[in-house]
Amino acid sequence: MGASVAGLFWVIPLLPGASALVLLVYGRRLPRAWIAWQASGAVFLSLVLSAAAFLDLAGRVAKPDNFLSRTLFAWIVSGSFRTAVSFHFDPLAAVMALVVTGVGFLIHVYSAGYMADDGRLSRYFAFLNLFTFFMLVLVLASDIVLMFVGWEGVGLCSYLLIGFWFERTAAAKAGMKAFVVNRIGDAAFILGILFLLVNVGSGGFGAINAAAGSGSLSPALITLIAILLFVGATGKSAQIPLYIWLPDAMEGPTPVSALIHAATMVTAGVYMVCRLSGLFAASAAASSVVAWVGAITAVLAATMALVQNDIKRVLAYSTISQIGYMFIGCGVGAYSAGLFHLVTHAFFKSLLFLAAGSVIHALGGEQDMRGMGGLKKHLPKTFPVFLIGALAISGVPFLSGFFSKDAILTSAFAGGHIVIYGLGLAGAVLTAFYMFRLIFMTFYGVERAPRAPGHPVHESPPIMTVPLVILAVFSILAGLAGLPVLLGDRANLFGRFLEGVFRPEAHHAVVSTEIVLILAATASALLGIGLAFLFYRRAPGTPASLARSFPGLYRLLVGKYYVDEAYDAVVVRPLVRSSEWVYRHFDLGVVDGALNGTAAAAGSAGRGLNLLQSGLVRDYALAFLLGAILFLGFLLI
Amino acid sequence: MIPSAAFLILAVVLFVLGIVAFLVKRDLLTQFMAVEVMLNAGNLAFLALSKALGRPDGQVVVLFVITVAAAEAVVGLAVIVLVFRQRKTIRTDDLKELRG
Amino acid sequence: MALIIFVILAALCAGGVTAMILSRNQAHSALFLVLAFSSLGGIFGLLDAPFAAAVQVLVYAGAIMVLFLFAIMMFNLSQPEPPSRKRVRTVLGLAMAIVLLAELGLAARKALSSPQGPAGLPDARDIGHIGRLLFSDHLYAFEITSLLILAALVGAMALAGRTEGE
Repeated sequence: MGASVAGLFWVIPLLPGASALVLLVYGRRLPRAWIAWQASGAVFLSLVLSAAAFLDLAGRVAKPDNFLSRTLFAWIVSGSFRTAVSFHFDPLAAVMALVVTGVGFLIHVYSAGYMADDGRLSRYFAFLNLFTFFMLVLVLASDIVLMFVGWEGVGLCSYLLIGFWFERTAAAKAGMKAFVVNRIGDAAFILGILFLLVNVGSGGFGAINAAAGSGSLSPALITLIAILLFVGATGKSAQIPLYIWLPDAMEGPTPVSALIHAATMVTAGVYMVCRLSGLFAASAAASSVVAWVGAITAVLAATMALVQNDIKRVLAYSTISQIGYMFIGCGVGAYSAGLFHLVTHAFFKSLLFLAAGSVIHALGGEQDMRGMGGLKKHLPKTFPVFLIGALAISGVPFLSGFFSKDAILTSAFAGGHIVIYGLGLAGAVLTAFYMFRLIFMTFYGVERAPRAPGHPVHESPPIMTVPLVILAVFSILAGLAGLPVLLGDRANLFGRFLEGVFRPEAHHAVVSTEIVLILAATASALLGIGLAFLFYRRAPGTPASLARSFPGLYRLLVGKYYVDEAYDAVVVRPLVRSSEWVYRHFDLGVVDGALNGTAAAAGSAGRGLNLLQSGLVRDYALAFLLGAILFLGFLLI
Repeated sequence: MIPSAAFLILAVVLFVLGIVAFLVKRDLLTQFMAVEVMLNAGNLAFLALSKALGRPDGQVVVLFVITVAAAEAVVGLAVIVLVFRQRKTIRTDDLKELRG
Repeated sequence: MALIIFVILAALCAGGVTAMILSRNQAHSALFLVLAFSSLGGIFGLLDAPFAAAVQVLVYAGAIMVLFLFAIMMFNLSQPEPPSRKRVRTVLGLAMAIVLLAELGLAARKALSSPQGPAGLPDARDIGHIGRLLFSDHLYAFEITSLLILAALVGAMALAGRTEGE
């Protein structure tokens, strides 16, 4: 029974896809309640199928046939290059599918409450379903070309959902920014794909990893391809240098931020690196780039989160920072640790976003934390789960974030990447600090929110709070899946599940080292929380006085290191200006000119010929005469 | 004996004179008269060649030409009369309706 | 002797036509043309075509030109024509006419230089001969021409006949 249900795993992407199609075409004619039910139901069914397939795989852990595969149809057949639409379900895909469908389902349910008053509900759920479809295609694809289809598709849905409230200029611009920046990354990604197709001959992941490992590709080529693909990943996963779209993407509805920009789409880059672990592991240079980019991004984004006042922006920069950790994990060879952090982050980050949505909803749309405060007693259900999420992300012991972050940092240290480890540790302090800054500013202290009469600050309806609770539970318990190795080899269920997929880590820390590292991580978390408590509860004037003492630094942080401005000056404006130049000279001048010129020539030729038709008999007689002369001449000669 | 060439030359000259008359004059009537001149020149040429080549058919043709020219003159003048009645002018420069 | 007559008649004819061109008055032009056509009739006679000569004087000079004169008198155009402002057409016309003259001269020479049958028309003075030709070889043309005259007659009356109120 289980095997046959699991055999239907290829239906997993199709259910949300079908639902999306129905909603796109018929959505406006369907009753509102039905729309939410259908959309959530489709994802739920996909979740059930994913779970069934997962269990099927779980029964075959560490066996060579530890995967399911199904080809739907041949897609591209061009000479010797063939690609099929085929899906592949191995442990890595299982983990991703469960995360996407599980968290996705909860967010669909939450959206039913959050977006209940929106006029374009069917469109919203259609896009959400469409996104789920593409994301599942991405994670279940068995070759890189099909994965790229999903990659582009989620980018499209991201654009559609960020700019969902397109009447707002800021939202529309943010959507465009996200799409364009992603596209830049995708250009590199496509180059990488092309190199792969040409040199490996096929896009299948197995073939690629094997080719990379067997030495049939030159090391330089492997590094080049890996870096190109990673550049694409920096666009999709919002790392340096292409992270600038993610904070702006907060213009979209909060559930969208939770699903796409915290749990799933932005992790696609991490998934891709994990999927091609054979390729990345074969190039030390590329892996190094990945790890360093991740580390620097983790710290830099955390510093930017320190001074943000919009509650969602803090979480956005936090996401950028946490994904940096995942890339650290992949970069140092600890792929399953990076993946584990992806899973736990999906739980607590979406929890944080949804809870923030609950706060915003309660305050009637206020997002600036300076307009919040003292909400603890007004939001008895939101506050505890928010706190759990904050504790989890800060790496407080025994919650999920603690285990996943620790796994990454331990692997980094054990692999000899001390500086990266240091950066990661610093980032952990900052993470705890800004998260609890958020908690204290929002839920404690003086109530700064203006009380509109007739709009009391109210808790959210159960349809929104129940998913929060479920996510909170997972945020607490998920850590149990990946207990540190020091507690015994069998403790890391997560790692064991993924054994066939990744090469085993090269370095393992000694037990004593690991204990020290765990203590260091705990200390950093507590340090961050303590500093936040100091700055925002004990001595509330401290942040302001610090800002006064270091004005330059403060402005740099608030201005987000002026990266956006730099891009604007160096890239955007020259591009716009040269485009205008081309437009004026080529489009208007050459193309329009040729067209208009042809028309003008025809017109003047006509007008010229018109002179012959004067209407005067004498002129016509002259014409006759001319004809007669010519004709006679022709006859005589 | 008069050489046939003389008659032909006269015919050619008359024809060209007729053309010149048509081009120079600017009223319908005179232009119509110029057409008659051209017809006569053609008649002369017919007769000259008829005598030169010894074939009497030329004279028969001339008879027909004269007859048809008469009929044509009748109809043409009727049309000119109509034009005059409509437009009160027979100056061809004023009759420009065919102007494109 | 015949040559002298021919020269006189030719001069009259060509001169008449030239005078017609140069004259400003339409009536004068018509009268000059009568002179030209009459002398042309004389030339026809020199060409051994007495019947054609008679018909030319009777019909052309006598009937058609009279018709023209009637029309001129009916129009009663008193104002002389103002000279045309632009001479382009006239000059161009003259130039092309000269070219045509040359071409036609060439054509005439060609026509005369080709082999000919016996010159002269011995039975041309016999009108009966013409008549026999008319009713045998050219019967169709003859009959159709008579229809043509009828059509012209009816047409002219329909076109220019008095309409109501005139």
